[in-house]
Amino acid sequence: MVRTNWKVFEEDYWAINTILQELLKNSNSSSVLLLDKTGQLISSLGEPPQFDLHSFASLCAADFEANAQLAVLIGEKDFSTLYHQGSNESMYLARVEQNIILVILFDKRTTLGLVRLRAKKALDNLETVIRRLYGKLEYENEENTEFNEEFVQQAEVEIDSLFTD
Amino acid sequence: MSLINYSSREINVKIVYYGPGLCGKTTNIQYIYDKVTPETKGKLITLATEMDRTLFFDFLPLELGKVKGFRTRFHLYTVPGQIYYDASRKLILRGVDGIIFVADSQRSRYDANIESLYNLHENLGDYQLKLDDIPYAIQYNKRDLLDVISVKELEEELNPKHYPAFEAVAVKGTGVFDTLKAIAKSVLRNLS
Ligand SMILES: Nc1nc2c(ncn2[C@@H]2O[C@H](COP(=O)(O)OP(=O)(O)OP(=O)(O)O)[C@@H](O)[C@H]2O)c(=O)[nH]1
Ligand SMILES: [Mg+2]
Repeated sequence: MVRTNWKVFEEDYWAINTILQELLKNSNSSSVLLLDKTGQLISSLGEPPQFDLHSFASLCAADFEANAQLAVLIGEKDFSTLYHQGSNESMYLARVEQNIILVILFDKRTTLGLVRLRAKKALDNLETVIRRLYGKLEYENEENTEFNEEFVQQAEVEIDSLFTD
Repeated sequence: MSLINYSSREINVKIVYYGPGLCGKTTNIQYIYDKVTPETKGKLITLATEMDRTLFFDFLPLELGKVKGFRTRFHLYTVPGQIYYDASRKLILRGVDGIIFVADSQRSRYDANIESLYNLHENLGDYQLKLDDIPYAIQYNKRDLLDVISVKELEEELNPKHYPAFEAVAVKGTGVFDTLKAIAKSVLRNLS
């Protein structure tokens, strides 16, 4: 099932960040990102990157999803992880549950083996948090008091003033 | 797939420009990138061939100032219009919150518009979505050219349900922001 809308609540966000923080430390990586498979950034921790994070996240998701399609074409269910090796910086991408992608950026201060090992544990923990979050979404009634008429009207004023030639 | 993060207080929504090859999708997004203030925009990513044809997608993040404590971000994507790249188009549609169909007004591109619109319906169908479920607008682009079809005729064929429609000359920017504003507003309205 493709989830069309979803939300991250305060406590889940902190639970996620605690896991990411631990992963960052015990894998010795430079930064870790969590995104959904449409490329929207959920959280990022570590050294502040020199590039635009949102563009980076959209490319990571596209990369991951394009590879997933390649997997299907050659008769695999999925490539659950991807590894891109650079001469200085490398990336490790892994699927957490079907809708979420974990991205780890690392350099010579660590090794792929260690990153992979630590990622495995983090993936299990993240999966638990994400499932709990999904459970909540199913029970949540759809009343969205924060996004009321007042919100929409103020947002429209912003849109009119920013989206112009 | 709008993502609302109650903790970092951010809302992300995804808007996709769809339409036949060379209709002007990349031109729309490029114009927006050139005109909005640096604080509003992130990095423009284009994955294109040497011939400037979109290969996978273009991506531009736009950000509103805080509204009731929430930072709203619009992720604009274009799909590749060439028929050959259907697998990429389908991927980009995943989790879409709003769609702008850019039609090429030239008579010679009449069939290409119909083909592309049909393809949009098919690809949405694969995600169990219908056009009626999603904020949607159509843009009749290239109104500056000589051999263009009348808007009335285009409406009959491409927009019988009369979704919001805009005439445009994307190379000059005419109609570009009108189209974007309309869809951005209806996407946010859809959240509430
Ligand atoms: N005359 C005229 N030319 C336009 C207009 N909009 C776009 N073009 C031109 O049409 C050509 C194709 O535009 P693109 O924006 O690259 O088209 P696209 O829809 O992104 O094409 P694909 O990436 O292949 O799907 C370019 O040479 C543009 O300059 C317009 O309003 N009038
Ligand atoms: Mg293009």
